[in-house]
Amino acid sequence: MKTVSSLLDEHWYERYKNISRLNIRSSIYDVTNRCNLRCKGCFFFSSGEHEVAAEENDMGKWREFVKKEMDRGVNLAILIGGEPTLCLDRVEAFYKKLPTFCATNGLIKVPRDRFPDMMVGISLWGDAEDETILRGKDTFKISSANYEGDPHAYYLYTITPKQLGKTDKIIRKIKDVGLKVHMQLLSNDEKVDGFSWHPDELIAVRAEMDGMLDAYPETVISSKYYHEVITTGKMLDRSFGWMECPSVTEPLDKRNPRPKRLISFIRWSSELQTMHRCCTSETRDCSTCKDGAAHMSWVMVNKRAHIKTTKDLQNWIEVYEMFAKLYQFIPW
Amino acid sequence: MFVPAKCFSLKTNNYKFMSNDINQTITRISEIIINELKLEDVTPETFNPDLDLIDEVGVDSMDLATVALVLRDEYGIRIDEDDYPKLTSVRIIAQYIINKLGDKE
Repeated sequence: MKTVSSLLDEHWYERYKNISRLNIRSSIYDVTNRCNLRCKGCFFFSSGEHEVAAEENDMGKWREFVKKEMDRGVNLAILIGGEPTLCLDRVEAFYKKLPTFCATNGLIKVPRDRFPDMMVGISLWGDAEDETILRGKDTFKISSANYEGDPHAYYLYTITPKQLGKTDKIIRKIKDVGLKVHMQLLSNDEKVDGFSWHPDELIAVRAEMDGMLDAYPETVISSKYYHEVITTGKMLDRSFGWMECPSVTEPLDKRNPRPKRLISFIRWSSELQTMHRCCTSETRDCSTCKDGAAHMSWVMVNKRAHIKTTKDLQNWIEVYEMFAKLYQFIPW
Repeated sequence: MFVPAKCFSLKTNNYKFMSNDINQTITRISEIIINELKLEDVTPETFNPDLDLIDEVGVDSMDLATVALVLRDEYGIRIDEDDYPKLTSVRIIAQYIINKLGDKE
């Protein structure tokens, strides 16, 4: 039987042990149905999830809900939306009790006197031209001014096919404002013309992502194995899809056989009672889903499948470290 | 192929735990872990009971939950989720089960 220490040297074994007992249990929360942008390709609005249930407005119920989530074993709250910064009291209900990550478009600055070390992920969909096409404005100008040098914020750079050849310029801009960046790919739920991936573009973007990691190792939080998995949809000769996805809401997960999955994971609507099927849109085709978190979780929950060769296990460690850094379970 | 070891089963009301022989319990738990986690190139007899399940075998909390369910059915005991972090080797799990069974008597 292959054991971890038989595959790793001392340096890698220490890295493994630093993450092997983290036992991260995340869930995702829609904080609000509202947003101050309407982006083409945003799964939340394109699939009508903002109309699934009315928002809960009673703050007492939010605080009670957070307590119940903690009792359920959740130790990482991932806040999405709508735009969470429109409802900072709700964000605070999580932040006061749990390690909390807040996704935002960066147009409203999270007040650091109120949320000194909350992890903030700022969405960015490309250069000024693409941002204007997809989001109606160049958000980088505003978000970079709001978060320049913030040690608890980073960019979530959604790469589109139109960004091929342009990522270096974007990442240099991010580096210049003293922030870090994690790269993911657009799934183009709304089929915006020119923004769907073709196979040759996926090959090219993988090479470009690898190049960015090599060129900016202090700025880019990523791993080449993650680039491989997200661009090919393959992991250890298995294909990503509904029967493999780890990020399905547990009480709604009737798959048989049940794949390795995130324990206790639920994605809640802002009504605090309705659950969404998974971490992204129910209308999305799972076989072409490019959700970054789902793909990295797919790797993470399949640890033992990677205890076959030294390279496989090192790949697993790098992806897990990437996730742990993005949510600050380990330092940058 | 997985063959339940009936001599250890506590499913029936009139059945009493036959032995506190920790070695037999270790072998049975090893068999369950190998079967449930589909471990390759190892048998219950060759499985090192002191091997760290997390640091060496790569067991995660979902694996532990899976094994805990089988152990619950096998021995008629509930393994609290809070205890998972303590259950780091087959020997420790065996002792935990024997202790739990002792508490029931």
